[in-house]
Amino acid sequence: MTAVIAVPSSLDDLTFESVLEQLANHPADAKVIVDARHSTFATPYGLTALLTLAQTRGEKAEFLPPENPDTVSYWARAGFFRYAEELFDVRGHVPRPRSSGESDVLLEMTPVTKSDDVHGVVERIQERAASILLNKLHLESRATMGFAMTLSEACQNIVEHAGRGGWVMVQAYNYRKRLGGRFVVVIAVCDAGVGFRSSLESGQRRPLSDRWDDAVALEAAVVNGVSRYGDPGRGQGLKGIRGYVHRWEGKFSVRSGTARIALIPSWEDDVPRRENLAYFPGAQLQITIPEKVSAVA
Amino acid sequence: MTRIDVGSVLRHSANLPFSDLVTRPTGAAVRRCIQTELAALSEGDVALLDFSQIGMMDYSCADEVVAKLLIALSGQGSHAGYIVFHGITDAHLEAIEVVLDHHGLALVVQFADGGARLVGAVTDEERSIWETVYAQGSAAADDRTAEPAPNAADRARILESLLQRRLLRHNGVAYAPLGPVQ
Repeated sequence: MTAVIAVPSSLDDLTFESVLEQLANHPADAKVIVDARHSTFATPYGLTALLTLAQTRGEKAEFLPPENPDTVSYWARAGFFRYAEELFDVRGHVPRPRSSGESDVLLEMTPVTKSDDVHGVVERIQERAASILLNKLHLESRATMGFAMTLSEACQNIVEHAGRGGWVMVQAYNYRKRLGGRFVVVIAVCDAGVGFRSSLESGQRRPLSDRWDDAVALEAAVVNGVSRYGDPGRGQGLKGIRGYVHRWEGKFSVRSGTARIALIPSWEDDVPRRENLAYFPGAQLQITIPEKVSAVA
Repeated sequence: MTRIDVGSVLRHSANLPFSDLVTRPTGAAVRRCIQTELAALSEGDVALLDFSQIGMMDYSCADEVVAKLLIALSGQGSHAGYIVFHGITDAHLEAIEVVLDHHGLALVVQFADGGARLVGAVTDEERSIWETVYAQGSAAADDRTAEPAPNAADRARILESLLQRRLLRHNGVAYAPLGPVQ
């Protein structure tokens, strides 16, 4: 029997968990229909995670696109269907993406599989990111370089560790849910690769402790800078991301396997550590940089 | 002084049409090319590593290009040449300072006007003595004009440490800056 997986009307990093919970009872080779007809909003995390979800299915899943014309148009502009049509059996008509001129999609859905892809991403993002960070987020000019570095390191996590390709997307939008309409820039980098726990195990870099699970692996890598490589220079990428996010009062979350840890700023009421989540392979990173408060007041 | 254009090395070694130093494989390829050029230097020569044509640099590349280069150079003892970094901007410094701090390394940055600065993991005393040597153009271990003035033994130890870290070089029995002096 084909299971129907309902995509929430508002799809973000937290509501995506409901998609994974629905999928948990269905093996990878089971036929499923991913029903996004009633979705009206999706963050970059939601869209990139949907593509990685498709990668994990042995049996190609059907996909029902959003019915709302604005939503489906946005998903098309974000480049979602360009890849979804390869990974899902997409039902119905989806619009062709059209250049919309001024757009808050700083980087549409972009595949990352090799080092050259990271060069391309960094090259494309810099000018537009500088404009958004300075004019909409009112950050200092040095935030621009740090942003490109953060993006680069987040993408390299796929190239260096995932063992398969993933996607990156960057967007600026009004964050009404938490910040009362302040602007944020969000980076989402998702893959369905080996994940942090297996990566550390493959390099025999598991910390010496009684407990070993996805949460401990995430803490070792993201908080303590442990890498699967013995090279003492490794682990600085995630450390650098943490430093950048902290400096600009942003939020950084990483999900892998059955756990998720997050660096939580004062404006957010999320929890720093979630465990026993529905299993999802690979690593899913989200970085949120908010508009500077003093500029809003 | 030999000049190595890192932008040119990036274009040729990694065969990429970009100006940003990002990713570890790119950094490793660039470092290997620089090391080949450095190997051709005579003992005690100074190479000017010019980053003027480089846009931004991420942490991974800074670790591969800058930190590993300095570590390899320090492992070669007195037979190796010296490096002065040029064309360094704020776009590079953020990543460079992080990796230098991580490894306990330091380097000399020379600016277009000829002024120089020590960047990385150094103590206040090391920086002060290094700046004195740069200002004077040369200094002996028993020179007491430096401020702050540690005792002779400490001063000699610090000068020798700066020499070992390839932040100063010998000029006869005295210690000298790596590059031209203002």
